[in-house]
Amino acid sequence: MPVKQKKQEIKYLTAVKQEKRAKKYCRFKKMGIKYVDYKDGEFLKKFLNEQGKMLPRRITGNSLKFQRKVAQAIKKARQMALLPYVTDLLK
Amino acid sequence: MNYELMVIFTPVLSEEDYKAAQKKFADLVKDLGGELVHENPWGLKSLAYPIQKKTTGMYLVLEYTAPSDLNEKLTIQLNRDENVLRYMITHLDKYAAEYNARKRHGANANSNTVEA
Repeated sequence: MPVKQKKQEIKYLTAVKQEKRAKKYCRFKKMGIKYVDYKDGEFLKKFLNEQGKMLPRRITGNSLKFQRKVAQAIKKARQMALLPYVTDLLK
Repeated sequence: MNYELMVIFTPVLSEEDYKAAQKKFADLVKDLGGELVHENPWGLKSLAYPIQKKTTGMYLVLEYTAPSDLNEKLTIQLNRDENVLRYMITHLDKYAAEYNARKRHGANANSNTVEA
């Protein structure tokens, strides 16, 4: 009857230090910005990826309230041709 | 209630036509009982995607306070005007109005031409 092999715990000499990722913060709350301007294309580009698609909250780190404001501003900017709907190599 | 109107005109417009169109809408807002806060012509800018086969457009941003029924009359005029490619009327809450005022105040401070 084969001896059930206990899953061998890999032991390092020194404990592997889990590098702690910096805590994400909502830039709007921290800087006290209250209004996301749809006319400011450069600023909104920070929240778009290469194809011009909106980045999710877990990437941008925005709070829900400001992620919605940014989303609205981006859609308005797209409507007024300040930002493309879809492109490649936006940056 | 303060609103902000952004209009894109056809690029084929000459300089004085652009000025005339600007004046036309500014006066329109005044005539219909609104009060113009700020007029901000961006001039010729390239569009992110072609609109009606044109890749550039003349932008104009008007900020005004108005009674609520003014916008409806304004859109009729905007729809009728054929060298308007696209327009958007947004409602500005107090933070937005404050933001615009501060931005304009900043722009006056270094008084450069508004290049968005």
